[in-house]
Amino acid sequence: MKSVIAENLVKTYRKGAVRALDGLSLDVEEGTVLGVLGPNGAGKTTTVRILSTLLEPDSGHASVAGIDVIKNPKAVRQIIGLSGQYAAVDETLTGWDNLVMFGQLYHLSAAQAKVRATELLEQFSLTDAARRPIKTFSGGMRRRLDLAASLIIRPKVLFLDEPTTGLDPRGRLEMWGVIEGLVREGVTLLLTTQYLEEADQLADDIVVIDHGRVIARGSSDQLKDQVGGERIEIVVADETLESAREIIERVTHGVATVDRGLRKISVPVPDGTQSLIAVIREFDSAGIHALDLALKRPSLDDVFLTLTGHVAEEVVTEDAGKKKGARK
Amino acid sequence: MNGIKDALVITKRQLLQLTRVPEVLIFNTIQPVMFVLLFRYVFGGLGAGIKGGYVQLLMPGIFVQTVTFTLAATAQGLAQDMEKGLIDRFRSLPIARSALVVGRTLGDGLLNIVVLVVMGAAGYLVGWRPTSGIFHIFLGFLMLLFFGYALSWAGVFAGLISKDARVVANVSFLFTFPLTFLSNAFASTTSMPKVLQYFAEWNPVSTMVAAARQLFGFHNTFGVTAHSFPSEHPIVTSLFYMVIIMAIFIPLSVRRYKSANSR
Repeated sequence: MKSVIAENLVKTYRKGAVRALDGLSLDVEEGTVLGVLGPNGAGKTTTVRILSTLLEPDSGHASVAGIDVIKNPKAVRQIIGLSGQYAAVDETLTGWDNLVMFGQLYHLSAAQAKVRATELLEQFSLTDAARRPIKTFSGGMRRRLDLAASLIIRPKVLFLDEPTTGLDPRGRLEMWGVIEGLVREGVTLLLTTQYLEEADQLADDIVVIDHGRVIARGSSDQLKDQVGGERIEIVVADETLESAREIIERVTHGVATVDRGLRKISVPVPDGTQSLIAVIREFDSAGIHALDLALKRPSLDDVFLTLTGHVAEEVVTEDAGKKKGARK
Repeated sequence: MNGIKDALVITKRQLLQLTRVPEVLIFNTIQPVMFVLLFRYVFGGLGAGIKGGYVQLLMPGIFVQTVTFTLAATAQGLAQDMEKGLIDRFRSLPIARSALVVGRTLGDGLLNIVVLVVMGAAGYLVGWRPTSGIFHIFLGFLMLLFFGYALSWAGVFAGLISKDARVVANVSFLFTFPLTFLSNAFASTTSMPKVLQYFAEWNPVSTMVAAARQLFGFHNTFGVTAHSFPSEHPIVTSLFYMVIIMAIFIPLSVRRYKSANSR
């Protein structure tokens, strides 16, 4: 059963000048994790805002757990959890205060709200910090508390909009751990991210979006296959570079590219491990010593580059540059 | 009713904030008390010929000025919630759309009660003696609270259209500060240029000051608009202004909140 369905969503800003969503469709199977991957400005946040009833689309349909988000937003709000890019909690209050307050806003009784707050603080390893104002929390702790606040009513569907943006590597790993825990419990999750690694790590299925439309969909493996198969990369000593290349091309029947500066030879191979072993055997009998060798699968970065013609990160810096310009 | 309960949770949040950051409450009361003392002793000479001295004229004026500043406080509070993305969370909760803004205005109203009580006590200490009897004094304070509450809704709207708490606080202050001085709050309007007198006497701040003076048992003098309806009936006129302000800003704010976009 599909828990989340979006069909042909269109959203324009500034009287049509900016097309944030341009006919976007996606769906999430119940109990699975969909990663929505795209650079800044691709339409990820707009999609989440529409699905979580914060924004109405210009056209298109969307439903969550079978409930129409446009016609019946109030019912949708009863069953979803939303955690955004920015920790949306009251910073002057403590973690405890926040969770009890949000619990009451979900119409739990004061006693129930307190029980739930205690549980969630425990679950997210925040018990020790519970009585401290959020202001004193680290970035990772804030995000965890924000996530806890979105889980108060045990939502059927959870939306996480860039849950690790702005976190340091440690905070990111902690957050991934927390999210993986939720996934094991079977929550249906739609997660947006600009980190290719993150989608790879957390999502069952990935949609890649750019300029407000879905440009690819599949599992992480399927997407990687779209870009091409595996490659062997071998680094050898300078004087053996040419003979090594001859051997590699003969064994793999492929055309190798050679980076002379790095002394690295790389070649696409249809049957990764087999070819690698064959190459090593030939190297052995020819007396060539490999300094480094690896079987590389394409990264989601490669996927993005192939699909959109630009690198995800590039767009981010371009965007930041624009903002700076506008401020002047 | 759930809508009211939700709003009260938000109000409670504001009161909790005050216990977590007591400085806010302290500065919110110190500032008006400081104004009371400064004006009382710096401009005390303006009261020559006034029965009971300048402080009788001053206190209603400074009460009104203080509750007028609620506009900026509400605006700043909401803009902060916008800035931090908190509005998104509130809007994704299954609560009445009015809950956050109603709760916020109620909270700011409660804060005003504390501030008015402290100011009233400070006024008493420096010689303020309302002569109208307990009932009218109570009505006077009640009306001051409502005036602040009405303006709070203008603040809600300002806070929701702005996305920067500091900017909106400054802008609201720039708007309300002259309004409280181009009025009869601190000095009689009769000494102003004639053109200004029209503005100053029709200014809602002035009618509210006149209403408060009347309820505290002190007569108010008007210049050019003497014998006009607002000067003869400042209480009715002020109530009318409050209704108008809320009739404009409540629907505007609720509509704005529905499509509020944190970022």
